[in-house]
Amino acid sequence: MAYVAVKGGEQAITNAHALLAEDRRGSPDVPEVGVDQIRAQLSLAVDRVMGEGSCYDRDLAALAIKQSRGDLPEAIFLLRAYRTTLPRFGFSVPIATEKMAVRRRVSAAFKDIPGGQVLGPTFDYTHRLLDFALAAEGGHVPEPAAMADAPLADDLPTIASVFSHEDLLEHETTALEAAEPYDLTREPMQFPATRDQRLQALARGDEGFLLSLAYSSQRGWGSTHPLCGEIRLGEVSAEFTPPELGFPIELADLTVTECTMLSEFEGSMEQPPQYARGYGLTFGHCERKAMSMAIVDRALKAAENAVDQVHPVQDEEFVLYHSDNVEASGFVQHLKLPHYVDFQASLQFVRKLRREWAEARSAKEAAE
Amino acid sequence: MGTADLISPKFVQSEHHERKAWLGVLARSDARDVAARWTALKLEPAYQTLRPPETGLVMVRGRAGGTGDAFNLGEMTATRAVIRLSSGETGVGYVSGRDKAHALTAALADALLQSPDHKQAVMNGLIAPLASAREAARREASRKAAATKVEFFTMVRDRSPKK
Repeated sequence: MAYVAVKGGEQAITNAHALLAEDRRGSPDVPEVGVDQIRAQLSLAVDRVMGEGSCYDRDLAALAIKQSRGDLPEAIFLLRAYRTTLPRFGFSVPIATEKMAVRRRVSAAFKDIPGGQVLGPTFDYTHRLLDFALAAEGGHVPEPAAMADAPLADDLPTIASVFSHEDLLEHETTALEAAEPYDLTREPMQFPATRDQRLQALARGDEGFLLSLAYSSQRGWGSTHPLCGEIRLGEVSAEFTPPELGFPIELADLTVTECTMLSEFEGSMEQPPQYARGYGLTFGHCERKAMSMAIVDRALKAAENAVDQVHPVQDEEFVLYHSDNVEASGFVQHLKLPHYVDFQASLQFVRKLRREWAEARSAKEAAE
Repeated sequence: MGTADLISPKFVQSEHHERKAWLGVLARSDARDVAARWTALKLEPAYQTLRPPETGLVMVRGRAGGTGDAFNLGEMTATRAVIRLSSGETGVGYVSGRDKAHALTAALADALLQSPDHKQAVMNGLIAPLASAREAARREASRKAAATKVEFFTMVRDRSPKK
């Protein structure tokens, strides 16, 4: 049922926290890791914490990683807790990902995407062999990366814009008078969920959970037959209108990862056959997450009008109620807290059942 | 200039255009770079604080599919400050991150940039170098990305009968 407050144990708790601090630091013979080192050299961990912590601040995410000893869900929890202490100034103008300063952009579906396939800083095509040079003592400074004579073209065309003249890709609609987007930080989850609510929940959602759901969908549990239309990584400008000014200013250059998944739609009476789209967007460089998000978005979108939703990935209540790792971790881990009264009550109940069971059994034996 | 010109959208747009540009440079630059250049300018204007530096959050929005309806992606930290110079100009500083000195410097620079006496010095000593450093960094990142551009060739299988 619930855990109850207990008294006492203050000294033990204080000592446990001191022990945690000592374990976190590890051997004092080894230099302490700096937040700046985490920010710069464990940048993908920082990106994940910012994305699922739903707060873009590289320094805070790096600090949370240090404090949590590298336990990323714990770091995400710390960042979520911190953000509740800050006032909200307002909302940005929606970021324009088509104007991204691209550092990586690939399309697995369309080889000849205008602007080309740009690999950028990727693990793809590495051999996944451990590099012992990185374990060697002393400064490991890699060769400077090669530079082309000219930068990439500004505003690389998106996969959607490339096929827009043929109407092959489903159009994203914009409501003429769009309501304020749903905000999960202010409103509880509600069903049926709108797309804006779903996308916010997925953007904050646990990478592992979404990855497994996307994988299940690919393997036939709610198949979406996805093709990766486009993945892009780079910097976008976040514009914000300060109330004192009344016009928008460019407040930040944010690193984001965007993914568009395509899947065939065989058409209906009203709609011609075309490609339906799933969308993924994350803070930082979180490609696995953005791809998983796009597949799950597509699966949920396809399921909206389906009569029977039989697979987990098609069930929006299942997906959205269980994708948040702060909530999930809290509920699973609260089982560690004292449940002594629960157990006492449960014990009495089970003992009573056993007594009744034994009595019934001996009565039956006596009758025979 | 008549009143009609002052309220024409074109005038308003062009006036904001310049201020938007310098505020954008101040907001997006690294706090340490702003501090170093600001200190080197050795400007110590007298001012009154209208809104003391304060850190908060801005909810960043995206669009479904990149072009559809807006949704809330996640928040970012930002810091703001508003000051008034003793000469009367009001400066508004909004910067990314949590550095209060950064926001205050942005507000002071914004006010000084509205003063004809100081505009050129702040432009040359602060805004222009910060903007060109950002531009150079972006260009370098883009050239490095451009060096990773590939051509994939799809292989066509030869389906003719084996000899």
